Amino acid sequence: MEKKTKLFEITDQEISSDEVVGRLADPAIGAVIAFVGVVRGETDGREVRYLEYEAYPEMAEGTLCQIGAEIRERWKTIQQVAIVHRVGRLDVGEISVVIALSAAHRPEVFDAVHYAIDRLKEIAPIWKKEVWSGGAEWRSEA
Amino acid sequence: MKVTVKLFAALREEMGSREFEQDLAPGSTVQELLDWMLEEYPALRPYVRSLHFALNHKYVTRQTELHDGDEVAFLPPVGGG
Repeated sequence: MEKKTKLFEITDQEISSDEVVGRLADPAIGAVIAFVGVVRGETDGREVRYLEYEAYPEMAEGTLCQIGAEIRERWKTIQQVAIVHRVGRLDVGEISVVIALSAAHRPEVFDAVHYAIDRLKEIAPIWKKEVWSGGAEWRSEA
Repeated sequence: MKVTVKLFAALREEMGSREFEQDLAPGSTVQELLDWMLEEYPALRPYVRSLHFALNHKYVTRQTELHDGDEVAFLPPVGGG
């Protein structure tokens, strides 16, 4: 069986946080932090039916890779970064994104993961459409 | 020269198309391509101010010059996560 080692990925398949964390496996690491983004059932008091994610995959994987490089530049102790984002229709409770970072020791991984999610929302060419009963809207952080 | 134009999210829905090829005069910029599109599709006007642009998968400014075979993407405000 081929080992899956892609660290930055846009996928239309279900994401498992364990599987993404597993991509960082290395005897040198002593800590892994994983941020797991999940589809919320309510926004601004409206009941969300589902979300529709769209990406520009050829560019987005490069952008995620760039975020990984920025993190390793800023926090020299971060060993490895993996970011996997799902696209397509996602129901409430499903995982939309997993960001995993590994390091030899614990300090800094928290700041680094915070940076990663902020940066992803800012520059990754990924869009989110909220669909509720009777309407839909493309949402952005801007 | 010919460029491929890619559209996403609200812009893709407004245009009813993900991708099209466009003939342009040599030396045209992203801004000139945008101006042509607005002329053809005035419905895009409300989106223009918030758009970002990518050329061959990298963010660029409106002043960037295009070349034959380029892939230009019009990116509405992003919002992954």
